[in-house]
Amino acid sequence: MNGPTDAPVIRLEGITREYVMGTETVRALRGIDLTIARNEYVAIMGPSGSGKSTMMNVLGCLDTPDGGAYWLNGQEVSRMIDDDLARVRNREIGFVFQTFNLLPRASALANVELPLVYAGATARQRRQRAEEALSRVGLGERMHHRPNELSGGQRQRVAIARALVNNPSILLADEPTGNLDSATSVEIMRVFGELHAQGQTVILVTHEPDIAEHARRVIVLRDGKIDTDRLHPVRTTGAAA
Amino acid sequence: MPLFEAVRLAFSSIRAQKLKSFFSLVGVLIGVTFLIAVVSIVQGMNVYMTDKFAGALIGINTFSVRSQPNIQMGNTTEEQWRQWQRNPRITNADAAFLQERMTTPVRFAREGWNRLTVGWRGRDATDINVHTVDASFFEIKRWDVAEGRFFTPQEVTASADVVVLGYELAERLFQGRDPLGQTVAVGGLPHRVVGVVAEQGNLFGISLDKFAVTPITSPVRRLANRPQIIDAFHVQADDLPTMRAAEEEANALMRVRRGLRPADVNNFHLETSEAALSEWEKISTILFMALPGLVAISLVVGGIVIMNIMLMAVAERTREIGIRKALGAKGRDIMAQFIVESATLSVTGAILGIGTGILLAFTVREFTPLPAAVAPWSIFLGVGLGVAVGMIAGILPARQASRLDPIEALRHE
Ligand SMILES: Nc1ncnc2c1ncn2[C@@H]1O[C@H](COP(=O)(O)OP(=O)(O)O)[C@@H](O)[C@H]1O
Ligand SMILES: [Mg+2]
Repeated sequence: MNGPTDAPVIRLEGITREYVMGTETVRALRGIDLTIARNEYVAIMGPSGSGKSTMMNVLGCLDTPDGGAYWLNGQEVSRMIDDDLARVRNREIGFVFQTFNLLPRASALANVELPLVYAGATARQRRQRAEEALSRVGLGERMHHRPNELSGGQRQRVAIARALVNNPSILLADEPTGNLDSATSVEIMRVFGELHAQGQTVILVTHEPDIAEHARRVIVLRDGKIDTDRLHPVRTTGAAA
Repeated sequence: MPLFEAVRLAFSSIRAQKLKSFFSLVGVLIGVTFLIAVVSIVQGMNVYMTDKFAGALIGINTFSVRSQPNIQMGNTTEEQWRQWQRNPRITNADAAFLQERMTTPVRFAREGWNRLTVGWRGRDATDINVHTVDASFFEIKRWDVAEGRFFTPQEVTASADVVVLGYELAERLFQGRDPLGQTVAVGGLPHRVVGVVAEQGNLFGISLDKFAVTPITSPVRRLANRPQIIDAFHVQADDLPTMRAAEEEANALMRVRRGLRPADVNNFHLETSEAALSEWEKISTILFMALPGLVAISLVVGGIVIMNIMLMAVAERTREIGIRKALGAKGRDIMAQFIVESATLSVTGAILGIGTGILLAFTVREFTPLPAAVAPWSIFLGVGLGVAVGMIAGILPARQASRLDPIEALRHE
């Protein structure tokens, strides 16, 4: 499972998203065409306000586009109703946020189990799979700690474990290192690198070029459009942009 | 999400905010407390009034012919009172008249009554109810013998100086010694003890065992009434319909004997335990009618409080809702979560209310003469109302939560 396979996991055609603010209309996405194959590792870059988060939310089925079509694994999700989108989010998508978004009162394990609760897994299956996911991100030891008892890096690992626990088709991360110091950022990026090496499709947003260097493909957005879309010929960990 | 999971989640949310949760369920708690306590007390009273009160004061399926009521509950007008005072007393001849003419199969017993001192070897018990009666009085009362025997019709005919003592009176005078064959002074007159009645306990805190019974022909009768005058003529049937028939017959006969014309009111009184019970029934009906109102008001208030607490919870936990939705919770999962939480909160209040209600009922039973019996149906109703109030109160907040947009919810601080 090294290198992208032919069947695209994501296909976007002319995706638009507009926000109406009183009399003003903000065109956050102005027609995005994009194909991402299985096991790609994509970094999305671009200046603040260029539409990166909006695009991630559309990809993550948290938001529905105003125009265009979005196929995820051959299913046209841009036409789905809310309940079906919830199911897609649950089964197909792992989302990692800049601010972790863990439930503060729940243990790491309970947080990771959460998607499985909505997938209808039994308590035993949940526990077993959540433990596995936590070990995959190197947090096998601290499963019973609450988020406030964990460091930022550890919290983000819990969030990644939670995103992975349902074996999603795509792992999305919107500035996953935005709240972390540079040493911790490197650790977290190593986790993404490992997951990609294991066959996971990874799409992450960053505005730091050296973070983007971890990816094989870098897409730059500008004013809601794709400005550049290029491949790194060789992945050189830690190299400057 | 399975229900069990949802309830566990609800408890963890409730625990996280103990004080707020407690205040939010006080309304339901009070409502259910009312329900349990009032039902317990009223039901206890019902059992008590029908079983014990009626039996102890008059006798089952029994009515008494009196010049005026002995048991008075409720309000009597001044005029009514004066009317009773003017009624002629009941005489031996009245009793004989009825006994000869009544055709309904019944048991008769005459009774005279006074409150006297009963003494034995210098030990005096004052204010003892002394009944002078026919021997059939014992059958009507359905008393059991603790020691010795009751006196016989022959002893009544022979005007024997014998006495049967109530349990507590015997204890008080003899303090463990054998009372049988001893001579006690009843109102200063010597009577030989032939028996002791089995213990009956108390009614509203008043002992039912402090009495003495002598034949209606014994010397003490002179202390009770003027010659030929009696206080009551008891008539007992074997069942209620027979008693009703006998009552009608006695009423008609007494009117004839007193020479009353159709327009005249009775100048005698027929007393049944029902008369006493009817007053109680009025009170219990009022209580039972007021109860749903009281409970409903508390529950509505409780429901509104819970609804507001849940609306606050939804606002405070917007981010949590966003996270859950981002991870795949459907609108109905969120809806169920908050309705279950609301219902759990409310049921917790209801269960606490059942506890305090039972506690209140038992406190009443311990510290007042009022009895109390917890009705199982009221407990089920309490829990049911708790669930219902919680679910209804949860609908609006839950719907609000389920409709939140995940992105906006996630952005919420
Ligand atoms: N909920 C919203 N309401 C109105 N405008 C929004 C909303 N979300 C994003 N925008 C606007 O859309 C544009 C793209 O935003 P975003 O996707 O967050 O950019 P980025 O993540 O690249 O900084 C910006 O101009 C932003 O102000
Ligand atoms: Mg952004």
